[in-house]
Amino acid sequence: MGEFRMPSLGADMTEGTLLEWLVRPGDVVHRGDVVAVVDTSKSAIDVEVFQDGRVERLLVEPGTTVPVGQPLALLSDEGAAGSTAPPAPVPVAASAPVPEPHEAHIAASPFARRRAVELGVDLSSVSGHGGVISVADVERAAAGREESATVAPVSSPAPVSSPAPEASSHARAMREAIAALMARSKKEIPHYYLTLDIDLHTSLGWLTSRNAGLPVDARVVPAALLLKAVAVAAAEFPEMNGHVVDGAYRPADRVNLGVAVALRGGGLMAPALVDADRLDLDALMTAMKDLVARARGGRLRSSEMSDGTLTVTNLGEQGAQSVHGVIYPPQVALVGFGRIAERPVALEGLLGVHPVTTATLAADHRVSDGHRGGLFLARIAELLDEPENLVGGRP
Amino acid sequence: MTGALLAQYREMLRIRRFEERCAELYSAERIRGFVHLYIGEEAVAVGVIGQLVQDDAMVTTYRDHGHALARGMDMAAVMSEMFGRVEGVSRGRGGSMHLFSAEHRFYGGNGIVGGGLPLAVGLGLADHLQGRERVTACFFGEGAMAEGEFHESINLAALWQLPVLFVCENNLYAMGTALARSESETDLALKAAAYEVPAWSCDGMDVEAVSHAAQRAVALVRDSGGPVFLEARTYRFRAHSMYDPDRYRDKAEIELWRTRDPLRIAADRLLDRGEATDEDLRDIDTEVTEEVDASVAAAEAAAWEDVDHLTRFVMSEGVPT
Amino acid sequence: MTAPTSVRPTTYREAIREAMREAMRRDDRVFLMGEDVGRYGGGFGVSLGLLEEFGEDRVRDTPLSESGFVGAGIGAALGGMRPIVEIMTVNFSLLALDQILNTAATLLHMSGGQFNVPLVIRMTTGGGRQLAAQHSHSLEGYYAHIPGLRVLAPATIEDAYGMLEPALADPDPVVIFEHGSLYNEKGTLPDPPTAVPLEGAAVRRAGTDVTLVTSGGCLGRCLDAADDLAGSGISAEVIDLRSLRPIDDDTVGASVSRTHRAIVVDEGWRSVGMSAEVAARIAERCFYDLDAPVGRVAAVEVPIPYPRHLEAAALPSAERIAAAARKAVLGDG
Repeated sequence: MGEFRMPSLGADMTEGTLLEWLVRPGDVVHRGDVVAVVDTSKSAIDVEVFQDGRVERLLVEPGTTVPVGQPLALLSDEGAAGSTAPPAPVPVAASAPVPEPHEAHIAASPFARRRAVELGVDLSSVSGHGGVISVADVERAAAGREESATVAPVSSPAPVSSPAPEASSHARAMREAIAALMARSKKEIPHYYLTLDIDLHTSLGWLTSRNAGLPVDARVVPAALLLKAVAVAAAEFPEMNGHVVDGAYRPADRVNLGVAVALRGGGLMAPALVDADRLDLDALMTAMKDLVARARGGRLRSSEMSDGTLTVTNLGEQGAQSVHGVIYPPQVALVGFGRIAERPVALEGLLGVHPVTTATLAADHRVSDGHRGGLFLARIAELLDEPENLVGGRP
Repeated sequence: MTGALLAQYREMLRIRRFEERCAELYSAERIRGFVHLYIGEEAVAVGVIGQLVQDDAMVTTYRDHGHALARGMDMAAVMSEMFGRVEGVSRGRGGSMHLFSAEHRFYGGNGIVGGGLPLAVGLGLADHLQGRERVTACFFGEGAMAEGEFHESINLAALWQLPVLFVCENNLYAMGTALARSESETDLALKAAAYEVPAWSCDGMDVEAVSHAAQRAVALVRDSGGPVFLEARTYRFRAHSMYDPDRYRDKAEIELWRTRDPLRIAADRLLDRGEATDEDLRDIDTEVTEEVDASVAAAEAAAWEDVDHLTRFVMSEGVPT
Repeated sequence: MTAPTSVRPTTYREAIREAMREAMRRDDRVFLMGEDVGRYGGGFGVSLGLLEEFGEDRVRDTPLSESGFVGAGIGAALGGMRPIVEIMTVNFSLLALDQILNTAATLLHMSGGQFNVPLVIRMTTGGGRQLAAQHSHSLEGYYAHIPGLRVLAPATIEDAYGMLEPALADPDPVVIFEHGSLYNEKGTLPDPPTAVPLEGAAVRRAGTDVTLVTSGGCLGRCLDAADDLAGSGISAEVIDLRSLRPIDDDTVGASVSRTHRAIVVDEGWRSVGMSAEVAARIAERCFYDLDAPVGRVAAVEVPIPYPRHLEAAALPSAERIAAAARKAVLGDG
């Protein structure tokens, strides 16, 4: 005991300046005695002591500003409690504000922006009414594009040549849309995750020999094989392929496989390969290339944007080993494939080196559980082990 | 009346010791906000409130600790309110200036000078309309008498003959402004009498003088059903709110008033009359200090309101109409 | 409850009077006080005849002491009564703002839930009667700002009649704004009258292209504007907020999410007022549904002037409302 501290002399007081000591070491003081004068930011105030005792030591020189609560003097004979000065303020390096890069802004209503994302319409290609794009302009643009898409389907990758300013504004709008969708997914969907390493030794070997001798544009990439396997498995697992609508699950009666496509300007889309399970491998390969090109060119059909029943994200080209994805509402599952890499594998008691991918499943616990999810992944692995069965299409 | 003064002495000492502890706890940052101490004015609360009965109502000011304790509100609950704890008399939401108790018909410390006066008139109006013979005692400082609400309220009470006891605690300073610098007529009873309200003054440092004056005033309100104005001339020994530099009054003036400390006057009288010994008074002090200690311990142990309840008591929660 | 068997012709003024009369007959605790509510019959004639029926104790003429008698109303409510306090105009109510804000609205909270204030305050608001700059303003927003109050703006005869009973039954202070231009409004009340809720906005006209959000004295002008817009093929939905505190965000939000365009119409000044509040709530709630900026038609920022043409130019009109709606829908000025 025995510290006389800087008192709080007002609701707004955080520190005070000791102006004068009215006592000296050795003086005997009584509760209520005025012992010091303290300057608050408002005025000089006589400060009383709240205990009896002898002034042992004065800790603070007149003229010093100290925070409320800091000991100013030691009052009893024990006087062991030393005062600790408050830590010196750590200088904070002021970092110069980074100027925001100036970006041209497309004037569009919030509702128009939302619809544009839903319809896959690039706002930079829409002309607004009175200088501002409204939802009517977006829907008109979408209708016109759909028409041209059915009349003359694009079959080769379209050049991406939108000017940078629009692209970055578009990217920002897209980022907002992705954020909203993914936040909703994480909020509404109880995800569970499963992982399975799939040995691709057989299937890639088969694919290499199949591609040998074919012209480059007729070759099939491993990703197409993975998509086909998922599509075929999905047709057999209705609880992985469908939509939750108004809280109720509706299995889909076809497999429209959403393919996550990273866009060059940033952002992500997952347009659907319609009836992926029914396409033969070559048709699926063609459709996939077409879809990716059109997604990157901003010319998707609205049905492709909204009709996906299950999504596949393939990090094959990007190096990460596995992906635990976020389900696209209202879908109920998402299959991910990590980079295909050579890994050590145990083979009948011996160690071998095989190409392996880590397949993951993110699925909606409201619709399925881990047991079925595990069977689904195992089925994909099984299908990939017999790649020749994935070649043909179905009516 | 033997024993009455001793009981009043004890009540005044409870207020004094409670507030001294509040000052200490404020300096140590246990109590925050504005804290207006009543030290020096204890005889007014004890003298007037002693004349009220359970059914009577009270409306007071932000300098309200003395009134709350004299009205019988639990010291630990008042201290808990000072600490802002949920066990406080206002669940911690009011703090020093806003002590309330439905059980004691204590309609609050009011932070607006003069703000409580219309309220007291309304309580009197309700009693009048419902034919109830109850008194509403309304405490305010002399500073409030410069407010329009004083004039509006006392006029209404007189016009409608409502049972309100207006108690002006004249401590001579409205914050730092001396009476003569804010009132053209410094005889406050005279001012009130202009509204055809019976009005007189008493020595607010002498608890017996206050008691006698208040007894007469309360009886008149009860008998006539109309208002009475009582001025208690008193002095606060400490700053307006916790601490101030006291630049607005002479140290000599403060020292002079301290010689009229209501506790000292009462103690001297008790000893003179042989109604108490020094030892009796020391025993009372010990008991009162123990009560204050216990109230602090209770407040320290009391709980904080759950932040989830922040917006409670903005609108009523299923109060029957 | 029986279905209404007939209707009776009345006015907005008579409807309020009738509601007060019935409340005082039903409940001894209810009384009316205010400046000239008794012998004069009320500054706007609302309480005419009540003194004769109920006597001076229950229809109390007060001195010109807004703070005093509003505060006395609060005290009387605490003392077990159910007072109706009439303040002649919203401009005068500022003299009582201390009591309304610092006491009526805060007492329940400050006392930790011990003291609720069952008080009803009625006051006249609004312009349009050439009463110039101290009797014409619409300060509803001042009161709607205050937690602890309930703020109502009856725009129809049914609400003027029907809101009083639930307001008196409410345990907390209720402020009712009566637009001065509505008192002579003629109409009918169902007989027996049907109960109206205290909370919740009302869709007064359904539409699909734009939502006009309004209250009190501006409702009629919005309905006129909607008629005009219908002539040019624009379908306007008109929402009467009815309660300015709390505000029914659900009804407003649902409407704007359908129409994608909103115009907020308020007779208060544009800056920092009711229209600003409602527009902000629409932006918060419906941003991604908006196909045009939220529009506002509010009083021009000038003390209301005396000459008719200047006053008319200062206040929202059906023409200004329709023009704002057209701009939102057609995307041009």
